[in-house]
Amino acid sequence: MNRPENDMLQSSPAIEMIDVHKWFGNFHALKGVTLSVGAGERVVICGPSGSGKSTLIRSINGLEPHDAGRITVNGFTLTENQRDLFAVRREVGMVFQQFNLFPHLTVLENCVLAQTRSRGRTREEAESIAMEYLHRVRIPEQAGKYPARLSGGQQQRVAIARSLCMQPKVMLFDEPTSALDPEMISEVLDVMTDLASSGMTMVCVTHEMGFARRVADRIVFMDEGIIVEDDVPSRFFESPTSARARQFLSQILAH
Amino acid sequence: MTSSEQATGTLRATTRLQELRRRVHFDWLDLAVIMMIGWAIWWFVDRIDGTLKYRWDWSIIPRFLVKTDLKTGATVPNVLLEGLFTTLRLAVWGLLLAMLIGLVMGMARTSKRLFLRLIAGTYVMLVRNIPPLVFVFIVVFFVASQLLTPLGINNAIARMSPEAKAWMSILFGPPRLIENFLSGLLCLSLFAGAYVTEIVRAGIESVPRSQLEAGESLVLTRWEIMRFIVMPQALRKVLPPLAGQFIQMVKDSSLVSLVSVQELSFMAMDIQVSTQKVFEVLIFTGGLYFVICYGLSLLFGYLERRALAGGG
Ligand SMILES: Nc1ncnc2c1ncn2[C@@H]1O[C@H](COP(=O)(O)OP(=O)(O)O)[C@@H](O)[C@H]1O
Ligand SMILES: [Mg+2]
Repeated sequence: MNRPENDMLQSSPAIEMIDVHKWFGNFHALKGVTLSVGAGERVVICGPSGSGKSTLIRSINGLEPHDAGRITVNGFTLTENQRDLFAVRREVGMVFQQFNLFPHLTVLENCVLAQTRSRGRTREEAESIAMEYLHRVRIPEQAGKYPARLSGGQQQRVAIARSLCMQPKVMLFDEPTSALDPEMISEVLDVMTDLASSGMTMVCVTHEMGFARRVADRIVFMDEGIIVEDDVPSRFFESPTSARARQFLSQILAH
Repeated sequence: MTSSEQATGTLRATTRLQELRRRVHFDWLDLAVIMMIGWAIWWFVDRIDGTLKYRWDWSIIPRFLVKTDLKTGATVPNVLLEGLFTTLRLAVWGLLLAMLIGLVMGMARTSKRLFLRLIAGTYVMLVRNIPPLVFVFIVVFFVASQLLTPLGINNAIARMSPEAKAWMSILFGPPRLIENFLSGLLCLSLFAGAYVTEIVRAGIESVPRSQLEAGESLVLTRWEIMRFIVMPQALRKVLPPLAGQFIQMVKDSSLVSLVSVQELSFMAMDIQVSTQKVFEVLIFTGGLYFVICYGLSLLFGYLERRALAGGG
């Protein structure tokens, strides 16, 4: 009787994107993206700047509404309808390149606000859950401070905790370490690695190839709005099939 | 006190003095400027005294501030103080109403809905491009009189208990003048509200899109994002121009004297005409406006410092 979970993994993926298109005016940013992420799977998305990685990941929780195709998260399909949009967002947490913490709220209040509003928790419940996740990202002692007083690495960890407080099934990361000073990158990657080993479904845009190799189940390589490669890390790094991926890898691994 | 203690004491005193001097930064140039200003003031006073041949009589000020009630013998506010109270009422209610109008219209101005944007845009456009004088008359005669009279406020007040009446006159002034007061208040807050709208709009637009996206990804509704994320940040940023606008509003409140709202400048004009003591009344009422406005500056300065202390 320990099969159902596996069955579910096969029958309904956590994220399912089918032939998704996105236009910015005349610019065709996503040109028919099809991607399926299983529950508990860790997918790293990489590709040159402007290839549509952010657009893709932001379309998953409807921050960037898609123009054609179908996006389903844990059985909820994104439509024009607000209720569907919110159903999907309840499943998904998101971490941004620039952290996007609320500067007028303390670290704790940052983590509490959405819990009391959209999870219907009391303040006490929300605060104790917030402290639990601040412990998990290893900065409970900063709870009373304002974001501006924290280092970039600390702010990004708060942002991760803030998302986790909503207890999402899927976590999206859009270049979470690109805005950080080099010495702070590992503290954020460590937290993400922890999260991955706890079984969280993760989609992660990053150029941290060491992290990708260690943590990812699959690497998705994008260029000019399409998915060029989608493979396990070992094959992607050792024998990329496309010339564009080879060129990208040689550039990124050069320094 | 031992001599060494004394020495450290003097040392501390001198360093404090040095610190003060550094902070104040006073040298011979400042002295020269002060002397020139002093001389200019003396010159003006001397000339005014010489050319005006004016007989100063400051005793009229206290007489018009308070009077003795002939029936009860108690000391009660006289016209000047009544006028000051009316101005204060206009300032407090005006501030609240203008803020309310500004918040609602500011949000409408940044709304996704074209219709709301049009309403708010038209409102701001009208107020900004009509002279205040004309605006006051239009609002009072065409809008307020049509709106307030059918409301039957006077009748409603007449039916109130004496206690409620007392509260009404503390909050809105003498009941017999309440319609007049409310129409003046409406003018003032509609007028200031347009400028507050623009300030609020600028504040809302200064909050980066990424803040909204963070809110959206946390499943907050558009209203919750506005209420808990955008507005607090927007208002913090626009506290200085808001302060300026509210101070402007207090000064503009003298405009409604044109429609016989008996506020400070109305009463002052009255006294000037009846006593011919033009300058005393002018200077004194000017001082009163200064105190109210400067008080507002201090209040906003305090709010700003508090906002800065909290993350900002
Ligand atoms: N809001 C927008 N309006 C117009 N063009 C956009 C917008 N967002 C992204 N783009 C364009 O879409 C392309 C893909 O952008 P993005 O998804 O951010 O790329 P990546 O994250 O891979 O660097 C880029 O060429 C970018 O200029
Ligand atoms: Mg990007």
